Amino acid sequence: MSNVDATGYDPVPGGRPAPGGQVYLDHAATTPMLPEALEAMIEELAQLGNPSSLHNPGRRARRVVEESRELIAEAYGARPSEVVFTSGGTEADNLAIKGLYWARRAADPARRRVLAAATEHHAVLDSVRWLSEHEDAEAGWVPVDARGVVSVPALAEVISADPASVAVISVMWANNEVGTVQPIAELAGLAAEHQIPFHSDAVQAAGQLPVSLAGTGATALTITAHKIGGPVGVGALLLAKGVEPVPVLHGGGQERDVRSGTLDVPAIRAFAVAVQVARQRSGDEAKRVAALRDDLVAQVTAAVPDAILNGAPPGPGRLPGNAHFSFPGCEGDALLMLLDAKGIACSTGSACTAGVAQPSHVLLAMGADEARARGSLRFSLGHSSVQADVDALGAVIGEVVERARRAAR
Amino acid sequence: MSGGVDSAVAAARAAQAGHEVTGVHLALSRNPSSYRTGARGCCTLEDARDARRAADVIGIPFYVWDMAERFHADVVQDFVDEYARGNTPNPCLRCNEKIKFAAVLDRAIALGFDAVCTGHHARLEPVPVPASDASQAGHRSWPVPGSAGAAGGARLTRLTRSVDPAKDQSYVLAVLTAEQLSRAMFPLGDSTKDQVRKEAAERGLGVADKPDSHDVCFIADGDTRGFLRQQLGSAPGDIVDADGGVLGRHDGSYGFTVGQRKGLGLDRPAADGRPRFVLSIEPVSRTVTVGPAEALDVLEIEAHRPVWSGCLPPGGPFDCLVQLRAHGEAHPAVCVPGGDAVRITLREPARGIAPGQAAVFYDGDAVLGSATISRAGRH
Repeated sequence: MSNVDATGYDPVPGGRPAPGGQVYLDHAATTPMLPEALEAMIEELAQLGNPSSLHNPGRRARRVVEESRELIAEAYGARPSEVVFTSGGTEADNLAIKGLYWARRAADPARRRVLAAATEHHAVLDSVRWLSEHEDAEAGWVPVDARGVVSVPALAEVISADPASVAVISVMWANNEVGTVQPIAELAGLAAEHQIPFHSDAVQAAGQLPVSLAGTGATALTITAHKIGGPVGVGALLLAKGVEPVPVLHGGGQERDVRSGTLDVPAIRAFAVAVQVARQRSGDEAKRVAALRDDLVAQVTAAVPDAILNGAPPGPGRLPGNAHFSFPGCEGDALLMLLDAKGIACSTGSACTAGVAQPSHVLLAMGADEARARGSLRFSLGHSSVQADVDALGAVIGEVVERARRAAR
Repeated sequence: MSGGVDSAVAAARAAQAGHEVTGVHLALSRNPSSYRTGARGCCTLEDARDARRAADVIGIPFYVWDMAERFHADVVQDFVDEYARGNTPNPCLRCNEKIKFAAVLDRAIALGFDAVCTGHHARLEPVPVPASDASQAGHRSWPVPGSAGAAGGARLTRLTRSVDPAKDQSYVLAVLTAEQLSRAMFPLGDSTKDQVRKEAAERGLGVADKPDSHDVCFIADGDTRGFLRQQLGSAPGDIVDADGGVLGRHDGSYGFTVGQRKGLGLDRPAADGRPRFVLSIEPVSRTVTVGPAEALDVLEIEAHRPVWSGCLPPGGPFDCLVQLRAHGEAHPAVCVPGGDAVRITLREPARGIAPGQAAVFYDGDAVLGSATISRAGRH
C-alpha cells in the first residue's frame, strides 16, 4: 500500500503524495525514529526472553532492560531504581496523579486537593477531573499568565488556601501546544517546602531541554520515547526513591511493585538508544533547531504580518522546536487542510473530538478568546528538520492564510 | 462521505475519473455524544470511521468538517419549528438546501475546490436544445439560466431522476437552485443501488453491505413524536371530526401528519365503522381534524417559494408531473405560477398532501423546479 519516498516519510497513507516530498512540521506529535534506535529495536525484536524469567534467555533480556534503565536514569538525573517503565506518557501521568493521590489520601484523609496547571496535557487534566468526579478529590487549577507561565506566587496562592489539604501538585515542564517552559525547579522547591509530592509531565521537554529529577527535587517526572526519536508505546515515570504510589495496573508487579506488565524489551532498548543519541547531541541540536524555529517565525510573520505568536518569546522560556500562531480571521482546521494539500504537515495543537478540533484549553487559559483559540496552528521542529522545511512553509503560508480567511467569511 | 456505501462509491468514481477529490465527513451533532448512540443515522462514531476507511481505500485525503451549529439552526430547529406550525417538513431536503449545497459548498469553493460530489441517486442531464417553435409546450424549451457564466460556457444541465426508480433522490435535491446544481456532481445517477453495492465490493470498500439509512439522522431511536415532545413539550388539544364534534384529546398537534391513520388514540370507532385519517392540523388552536379517506382527496394545491432550476421562471400555465412527497408518485397537473406562489391543479385527486412537503415539478424524468406546499384542498 504505502511507498516510502526519498525523504523517508510515508506520503500520507490514503492521500496524494506531495509533489515536492513531505514537509513534516509536527514533531511535537511524534518525531521520526532515530536510525540508531530503529536498528537496535529491529535487532532486539529477533531476540527471545522475558526479563522476568530466571533462565538464560530471561537473564539476557533482563540485562538489556537494566542497561537501558541505567542509561535513561543517568540522562535524567535519576537512579536506575527511580525509572519505572510504562507504556508511554499517558500511563505515566495516570500513575503519578492517581497513584500519588490515592497514597496520600490513604495516609491522611484530609489530603484531597489535587493541584494542576490549567494548561496541562489531557493525560493530566482528565486524570485530575476523573479523581474529582469519582474519587472525592477536589481539583485546583493553577492559573497561567498570558505567556502560559505558572508563576511561583500563583502556585503559592493556590496552595495557601489550605496547604494541609493538598495531596499532589502537577505542573508540566513544557507545554505541548505553545511550548512555554515552566520554572520547574522553583515550583518543585515550593511544593517541597510544604512536603507536597510534585509531578511534572516532561514529555515535550525531555528531547529538547536538560531534564533532571535530582536537579529539580521533583517527586516524579513523565517522559516518553517517541518524542525523542524512540518508538511509540514505551515511556517512563521517573519516581523518586521511597515514593510509593498506589498502582493503577495490577499484576506481576514487574516495576517496583508499582507497575505491572511484561516489559517490552525491544522498545525499552530503542528508548535508551534514542535517549543516548539525543543526549550526545543535546546542546548543539537545540541551538540548531532554535535557529530554524526563529527563521520560521520570521518567515511566517513576514508573510502574515498580523499573525500572533502565542506563548513565550523565543529564548529559554520556550521549547526550541515550537512555534505556535493564531491567524486572525482563520479556522485552524482549514489552514491545516490547505497546508496538508501542499504537502506540509502541522497541527492545530489542541485535542480533537471525533476529528473535530476543539478550541484549545491552553489558549483559553492564557486569556485568548475563542476565535483566536480556533484560528491557531502549531509548527514543531525536530531532529530531522532542515532549512528547506521552513522555506517550504514560508513560501505558501501567506496564500494559505489568505484563502482560509475567505473561507471563514 | 457519510460512512455509507453511496458516498463511498461516488467518491471512488470521481477520483477514478481524474478529479482531485478530498473526502469530507460532516460532524453534525452539537453535543458530541448525543447522535452517536443509535445504530443508524449519519452521525455515529462508527459512521465517521467507515467514511475514513473508505477514503483510505480510495486513496484520497479525508477530513471531518464541523457543521454542527449550522445543522442545528438550519435543519433541526427548522424541523421542530415546522412541526410546531402544523407542517410536515422534510429535513433531508433542508439539509441539501442549507448544509451540503450551501454551507459545505461555500466553504469548499472558498478553499479552492470546484464542486461538491455526493452519493445521491440522481443525474445531471444536458438540457434539450431550445426548439425554435416554443409555442406548444413552453417550459420544455427553456434552458437553464447560464449560471456558470457566458465566459465559461453555460452549463446547460438539469436535475433528472436516477435510473433506479426505487432509489431516486431527485425529490430531495429539487430545492437546489441552478447555481447550486452547477457546482454539484452526482456520479451514481446512472446506476442502480445493486450495481453500486456490487461495485463497492469490487473496490474493496468495507461498507458494501452496510444497510441503507432511512430514519431522520438526528433522531437516533426513530421516535419522531417522542423527539418533538421533548423539544416542544406537551401542548394538548382536541381531535375533532369535519363538523367540529370533539372525538378525543391529544397532547401535541405536532405528533400528527396529514393522511396519518395510525396512532390517533381515538377509543370510539367512527359511526360508519370506517377508518379515520388526519385531514388537517390547526396549530394555533391545536385542533386536529380527522375524517374518512375520501376527505383526503386533493385537487387544488397552493405552494410558495418556487425554485426553477430546470427552466426559466415560467410566465404562464403549463402541464407537468408533480410529486408531492418523497417516494410518492408523480401526478399529471396544470401549474399556474404567479409571483412567489404556484397554483397546482391535479388531473386526478391525490390523497394525504401535507403542508410543508415539497411539490416537485417534473418534465418526464427531469426536474423543472419545486415549491413548498402551503395549502391543499378539494377545490
